Amino acid sequence: MSEVRKAKHGGLLTAIFSVISVIYVMPIIIVLYNSFKKKIFISKRPFALPDGKSFVGVENYISGIEKIELPKAFGYSLFITIASVFVIILCTSMCAWYITRVKNKVTSAMYMLFAFSMIIPFQMVMFTLSKIADILHLGNPVGIVIVYLGFGAGLAVFMFCGFVKSIPLEIEEAAMIDGCTPIQTYFKIVFPVMKPTAISVAILEAMWVWNDYLLPYLVLDIKKYKTIPIAIQYLKGGYGAIDMGAMMAMIILAIIPIIVFYIACQKYIIEGVVAGAVKG
Amino acid sequence: MDKAIKRYFPVFALPTLVAFTIGFIMPFILGVYLSFCEFTTVTDAKFVGIKNYIRIWGDSTFIHSLWYTALFTIVSVLAINILAFAVAMLLTKGIKGTNIFRTIFFMPNLIGGIILGYIWQLILNGILAGMERTLTYSSSYGFWGLVILMCWQQVGYMMIIYIAGIQNIPGDLIEAAKIDGANNTQLLRHVTLPMVMPSITICSFLTLTNSFKLFDQNLALTAGEPSNKSEMLALNIFNTFYGRNGWEGVGQAKAVVFFILVALIAIVQLRATRDKEVQA
Repeated sequence: MSEVRKAKHGGLLTAIFSVISVIYVMPIIIVLYNSFKKKIFISKRPFALPDGKSFVGVENYISGIEKIELPKAFGYSLFITIASVFVIILCTSMCAWYITRVKNKVTSAMYMLFAFSMIIPFQMVMFTLSKIADILHLGNPVGIVIVYLGFGAGLAVFMFCGFVKSIPLEIEEAAMIDGCTPIQTYFKIVFPVMKPTAISVAILEAMWVWNDYLLPYLVLDIKKYKTIPIAIQYLKGGYGAIDMGAMMAMIILAIIPIIVFYIACQKYIIEGVVAGAVKG
Repeated sequence: MDKAIKRYFPVFALPTLVAFTIGFIMPFILGVYLSFCEFTTVTDAKFVGIKNYIRIWGDSTFIHSLWYTALFTIVSVLAINILAFAVAMLLTKGIKGTNIFRTIFFMPNLIGGIILGYIWQLILNGILAGMERTLTYSSSYGFWGLVILMCWQQVGYMMIIYIAGIQNIPGDLIEAAKIDGANNTQLLRHVTLPMVMPSITICSFLTLTNSFKLFDQNLALTAGEPSNKSEMLALNIFNTFYGRNGWEGVGQAKAVVFFILVALIAIVQLRATRDKEVQA
């Protein structure tokens, strides 16, 4: 292939992909400008830009926030996600180190169970899990962290175990001989080495917890605590009637933080996803 | 060293194990047991043998959702993987703007299923409005709507994994094939495809299980309308539990069947594609 043809080809591909990219973000742009339109204009002519007649300013945002208290839902979602991811990283990485280093029947049974739990669909346990969480009073933003640790442990332990196996034993043994307790060895030697895997696990678990709908819907006391997906779904109300204006506005408010976060940490997110997929 | 760590079981492994018992082991065992019971809450369960499993097959909504889910899974797995692979091939040619395109295509993956469902409800209803119809007019609209939605969400994710796979192919391998006179089609069939087989394994596994277990997107886009005809398995199970009195036992039995199906698909798929993986 000659250089000239290659360059020509490249230019054409860039042009085609530019067009596709614009089409790709169109759905979000359409939702964005619809969020400034009066309700009836949204369902009647969703692709029309807001004009003098249909433009309502931030009215949809105000009515949406009044209806579902999105800032509060945002707070709950943020707290639950950060707390769950922190607890999952800390506990499962310790657990993975333990079950990889200590070899006996109990630890190999645990490993098998964690691996097995990864393919279980949530519907299998949703009813019993919500009842157990109810009995143990886990239906609040702190209690649900324990549920997330339990149900999310499988993938996390599995990924950490894969990594621990590749850490040479000599470093840990040297630390122990120098008088480190296992706890010191873990936090001073092992955990720092595991950082890349920890980032991967954190990203995968955070994406799951932040967007999860069914688990918090069934476990949390949703009269008091609504996460973002629950609040959005709540807008639908009974009998399928949706306030499209409020819906559009709340979708925009819900995805702005995600997009900002994504643009800021893009590199880590994409690398984390690749590493996670290749190991999982 | 084993022994020194072993005594630290309560510190390292116990927290995860306790949460795992609450969040997975107990609900799972109780769930299997309840599938053989008639109950409305966990405490009033009466053992009824396999009656629930027999009642499943008399429920036409379940049979319909099973076929609907199976068809959806096949179509979406093919569509997502073919598109993702094609885009990955084109984006590894070093054209201008590759990074930006990658960033844009991956972005929808971070948006939660519920929000995705409402974004596409607006867009698709807007398009169908030209024919004076809505998404809930027929179950095939819901079907193709979900396929489009899933492609939009997952093509970027799978593309990232395929790109990593393609970039891992050693350059001299391609060089050698070219010197031997392989044309582009032969290069793709005999070098690229076998070499990215691990990526194909991962991507087909992820898309297969994601599509089969789909819930949030289904709930938000059509909620099973018209009259449960666009209801997928996960939503059907949810509605059996929480929408019909006296069907809790059947719901749990359906969940067990669902779990077995997911496990079977996962095992068969991993076997089938792992066999085709090669070493460079």
